[in-house]
Amino acid sequence: MRTNFFPAALKWLIPSICLVVVGVYLTGFGEQKTDFNTEVKPILNRKCMSCHGGVKKNGGFSLLFRTDALEKTESGKSALIPGDPDHSEMIRRLTLDDPEERMPYGENPLTEAEIHTLKKWVKEGAVWGDHWAYVPVKEQKVPVSFWEKWMGKGKWAKNDIDWFVLSKIKQAGLTPSPQADRATLIRRVSLDLTGIPATQAMFDRFMAEPDLDAAYAQLVDSLLASPSFGEKWASMWLDIARYADTKGYERDDSRSIWKYREWLIRAFNADMPYDQFITEQLAGDLLPNPTDDQYLATAFHRNSMTNDEGGTDNEEFRVAAVLDRVNTTWEGLMGTTFACVQCHSHPYDPFLHDAYYEFSAFFNNSRDEDTWADYPLLYEFKQEDSLKVERVKDWLHQHAEPEAAKAVVTFMRTHQPAINSLTADHFINAELNDTKWLNMRNKAVARLKEVNLSGKKSLFVRFQNYAGPGTVAFRIDGPDGPLLTTLNLQNKTGYSWSTWDIFEIPSQPTEGVHDLYITYSSPVLKGEESGIQFDWFYFSPDFPGKDKPGQADTKALFTEVLRADPAFTTPIMMDNPAEMYRPSYVFERGNWLVHGKEVTAATPKSLPAFPKNAPNNRLGLAQWMTDPGHPLVSRTYVNRIWEQLFGKGLVETVEDLGTQGIPPTHPELLDHLAYQLMHEQGWSTKKMLRQMVLSATYRQDSKVSKEALEKDAFNQWLARGQRVRLSAEQIRDQALAASGLLSPKMYGPSVFPYQPPGIWMSPWNGATWKKSEGEDQYRRSLYTYWKRSSPYPSAMTFDGVSREVCTSRRIRTNTPLQALVTLNDEVHIEAARHMALLVLQNKPKGASEQIGLAFGWATGKAISPEKAAVFRHLYDLTFANFQQNPAAVCEMTDNLDGLATPEGAAMVMVTNSILNLDEFLTKN
Amino acid sequence: MGKRISLEQEAAQNALQFVTRRHFLRQCASGMGAMALGGILSGCDFLGEKKAVTGFQPDPRNPLAPKLPQFAAQAKSVIFLHMAGAPSQLELFDYKPALAGLNGEDCPPSLLEGKRFAFIRGVPKMLGPQANFKQRGQAGTWVSDMLPHFATITDEVAMLKAVQTDQFNHAPAQLLMHTGSARLGRPSIGAWATYGLGTENSNLPGFVVLTSGGKSPDAGKSVWGSGFLPSVYQGVQCRSEGEPVLFLNDPHGMSRDLRRASIDAINEVNALEHQEFQDPEILSRISQYEMAFKMQLSAPEIMDIATEPDYILEMYGAKPGKGSFANNALLARKLVEKGVRFVQLFDWGWDSHGTEESLSIDGGLVNKCRSVDKAMTALILDLKQRGLLEQTLVVWGGEFGRTPMQENRDGKTQLFKGRDHHTEAFTMWMAGAGIKKGIIHGETDEIGYSPISGKVTPYDIQATILNQLGFNHEQFTYQFQGRPFRLTDVHGEVISEIIS
Repeated sequence: MRTNFFPAALKWLIPSICLVVVGVYLTGFGEQKTDFNTEVKPILNRKCMSCHGGVKKNGGFSLLFRTDALEKTESGKSALIPGDPDHSEMIRRLTLDDPEERMPYGENPLTEAEIHTLKKWVKEGAVWGDHWAYVPVKEQKVPVSFWEKWMGKGKWAKNDIDWFVLSKIKQAGLTPSPQADRATLIRRVSLDLTGIPATQAMFDRFMAEPDLDAAYAQLVDSLLASPSFGEKWASMWLDIARYADTKGYERDDSRSIWKYREWLIRAFNADMPYDQFITEQLAGDLLPNPTDDQYLATAFHRNSMTNDEGGTDNEEFRVAAVLDRVNTTWEGLMGTTFACVQCHSHPYDPFLHDAYYEFSAFFNNSRDEDTWADYPLLYEFKQEDSLKVERVKDWLHQHAEPEAAKAVVTFMRTHQPAINSLTADHFINAELNDTKWLNMRNKAVARLKEVNLSGKKSLFVRFQNYAGPGTVAFRIDGPDGPLLTTLNLQNKTGYSWSTWDIFEIPSQPTEGVHDLYITYSSPVLKGEESGIQFDWFYFSPDFPGKDKPGQADTKALFTEVLRADPAFTTPIMMDNPAEMYRPSYVFERGNWLVHGKEVTAATPKSLPAFPKNAPNNRLGLAQWMTDPGHPLVSRTYVNRIWEQLFGKGLVETVEDLGTQGIPPTHPELLDHLAYQLMHEQGWSTKKMLRQMVLSATYRQDSKVSKEALEKDAFNQWLARGQRVRLSAEQIRDQALAASGLLSPKMYGPSVFPYQPPGIWMSPWNGATWKKSEGEDQYRRSLYTYWKRSSPYPSAMTFDGVSREVCTSRRIRTNTPLQALVTLNDEVHIEAARHMALLVLQNKPKGASEQIGLAFGWATGKAISPEKAAVFRHLYDLTFANFQQNPAAVCEMTDNLDGLATPEGAAMVMVTNSILNLDEFLTKN
Repeated sequence: MGKRISLEQEAAQNALQFVTRRHFLRQCASGMGAMALGGILSGCDFLGEKKAVTGFQPDPRNPLAPKLPQFAAQAKSVIFLHMAGAPSQLELFDYKPALAGLNGEDCPPSLLEGKRFAFIRGVPKMLGPQANFKQRGQAGTWVSDMLPHFATITDEVAMLKAVQTDQFNHAPAQLLMHTGSARLGRPSIGAWATYGLGTENSNLPGFVVLTSGGKSPDAGKSVWGSGFLPSVYQGVQCRSEGEPVLFLNDPHGMSRDLRRASIDAINEVNALEHQEFQDPEILSRISQYEMAFKMQLSAPEIMDIATEPDYILEMYGAKPGKGSFANNALLARKLVEKGVRFVQLFDWGWDSHGTEESLSIDGGLVNKCRSVDKAMTALILDLKQRGLLEQTLVVWGGEFGRTPMQENRDGKTQLFKGRDHHTEAFTMWMAGAGIKKGIIHGETDEIGYSPISGKVTPYDIQATILNQLGFNHEQFTYQFQGRPFRLTDVHGEVISEIIS
């Protein structure tokens, strides 16, 4: 169908007017000023920057920033004199004949046109322009006149998005496609918004409503309100957050961080504004009186890896986690690949080497130290203990200073800020067990460096006592220094993980910062036997509210909570208190052992200023990022949402909006959406999505003519709907949904669906894949246990990522191994069986009707006679075969009640084939 | 010759189809021809004046199509035999009589200062060689009695006796050896090879991994991962027990005829869909289903060693139906014979700390040697007798070596003789595909602690492997995160001394 936008007469009139206007413009204003970004920067990037950029500055000349370029070079002169191309060495060197002198060195000379552009640019003053992505988002004019809009009413365009898209479609000499049919629309929009097909009730209602526009809007609203919505979008976010159920590296042991996934699902379902969404993830712990949820949000940055391997330097991997948080923050939230700057100034984009470390200082004061337990943790308690927490809180609220009360509550909920025993040193008869815990033999000494003891009245110790009787003494300034306190030991606690104990012992009031020496002896130890192992130490002031009624009882409750078994623990972000402040340094060439100058937390100068009055920590950082003047955050997010719906972002390189990324196809539309997100939609994900899926652009049919395919093979101008192969998660979930197996159960720890045997064979780690029972086998894929060193195999075949680091974009491939998954994986075979069983139970008249029914469930469409004939042929052929072969029937149907007949087995062949169709695996 | 031409033609055709969206946009954006792309990609190459040239994006519709390397290649295929856990060079190749003299003495402090070990604490004792050595072959290569078969073929191989790494734990050291980075997330060398060259047998994966020894390598599947390359280039783990490739077997009760019929039905309906939508991706899916069907036939066939004649089985010490290094070595030969580009074998169990008998120098190591010696020797001889050694590069080694000191974990003496992880110097060897025969490169000091000449790193080994495959490692790149990445990062030099 061709859409006619303008009456015939107007078709002539409008271009004529345009011609006149352009003509006047050109003659009136002479030659246009050179645009740095579109004309100059590409030449510099291509021809100059690799030798005169952020990495190499040959001859002392760099073109990265204007200030650099104007500086004197090694020759003592500036190579670039604004306004004077004839005396600019840079221009002169482009035109020489001597190959030793002529630039670019050892390359082909620049073309006449390129040299002309550079000359003109220098003459005009050699002004640097900012790359589009670093310029704040401005309100965009929708490219449609009132007249055009009025004429187009009721035609193709549905909302403002479409006018932006339409203008590009027209420029490309294409015509937009009509709306897709209802069945395609409902399947597309359900998979996009909720990750699974619509329910039968939604489907029936949508198909029955006569007014398509109204029906579609209503459908979109119910999908946005569905609890599955949060699961789909959380699923997307897990790649960005590099969520996994294991800690990574060699040991790759389990980590309990699934509460973060729950937080994500709830946040998306509640349509938490995106500015708040990222603020809580970056800095929930720094908000006033953080709730459990706000703490859980910060697990975002605790998905970095922890190295449990023996002999590894905990500081090295603490630093690695900090840098991973920096890279994730930039790539995931700001569409900028910042990792280059770790070793050197960015070669093309305006980020300096030092800026990387100034930025990383925001993350360098978190409490985590690569401990085995992933400290700091949020402890969530069983109900009876939660009540105790509330009682302690209430009492403190009435009887204690707010600061003191806060410290007690924080310690109760997080056991922080404790000194981890792995920071101990100066060992005699002691060592770090597996480089994780301080472990002592008889007559042992170890040191804790620089502990602030001012105002501290007691010491909490978490330890295991293997030996029984023994004495631990804490002395200051030396192994024989003044005694701070003594821990007298009696009973063994044993070796197992559950036998850690927490003790509180009073300590001598001492002022100032001291080195602390821990000595240990036991009368029962022989030879090299170990007697005690410490986990952490916490020095505390007196419990507040002394002499207030009920203090002793409250203190007792507090102690009970402290020693209680928590219901859940989740790694969270928490910052060091001032007394544990960790200085930050530049790492020379990215090497963490080679410290350069000390730096303090700051954001790059080339981006908008840090907000005044914002605290100089992660919370301030979040305020900086979510300020509407920040050019990257909103653009990155709308681009990501667009990519989820259309298969490709408006900037295809979702991970890189910088000069090395692919330029946007629709820059005005991108900015229009980013502006709306911030200024009109209150950062609402659901409003943004609603606008996108209601557009005519989104609703287009994906059929393409040969001419259109030739003109726009990759559909960058969006003159048709985009066909996109479903994600690994969608492929499994859809098969389960189509066969009625999909469990609607939400939340909770990760589950273990079917996986072929022998996939997990990790050394030093006895973990095994134990298949979940009951409905947990059929949960949505985002709940599947994710082991970094051995991820769920079928998901990896369908381009899943192992989530060791932030991944912004999955590259889709098409391979025979993918075919083998959907043909043969037990998950898909089981789905085929159950689908066949449902078909038979539905009792349609004959095989052809049954086939039509199955096809309809899978695709939402009535089967065409040609396709029906193909499957009927398959059915007849396999039915005849199974009739001869009862044993094969049993195997094929797994002897399911009601299915174990030749008819049933043949129907499994058909459903298995339907579940492998391109139109099933692809979003049309 | 005939095959080479058709390969070139095929590659040329593929090159024509290479206009992916990324290319397309870059060209539109900058108005350049395809050849100018190199310029854009030379960004972070701060090594020297050399420029990155390669950096093509694979055609998503046929990412494994065979492609030509940058220059004429010696190797068509690579077999990397990785002894995971790190075998002791001091018991196998690096003979140190002086160390025997120091046996039982305290380790001098100069060897411990500023060093970090995985498990050694305090002052350990020196441990002399626990095997008898002889010089072998024309080249006079030292090999101990622990490898009696390998001792007969030393004139086929180039020994690298001063390999040095900087990672002292298994996983990072294995990652460094195979991905050029000790951290996770980079593509493995087999992924790079298939990205650069595609595969010559579309019925089999281009990059196959086989493991033995009962465990996967410590670094997990990342050592054959595709990192930031499209996942199609990741190694496919084939198994000599059970399904040879995951999900390869049809469900029980489905005969090959029925599978054929169902794939026919799927493809017929997909063809109808293509008529309607004209999306080329549908055609690609049709061909992938055909390929899957062919792979179902060819993979079990090739993974079945029972069809090999008895003398071959005997040569390798292979026993059909069992998972073993010997079976995997034989499979490796079969796979490269069929055009598989890169075969990686991981044999786990070489971590001779002395904590238990199976992991000791005097116990477990002897058994491990017995389990690989005959097979790795047979592999070289078998490739040679088939004329395949000339075009197949075989690489053997661990992720690091073992200390001249006896391990004293947690400051205590072990029950069995063991050595800790040693990064300073260890031995690897290479053979075939243009590698000099019977040459010894590199030397360590008199106790085998440090290199004194001919030091090479994992990056050098990677550069050499790529070189034999026809790639300049400095110019073989992939554009990711705004810059061209390469296997060897900013390191690596081809070990020209061992190339003929």
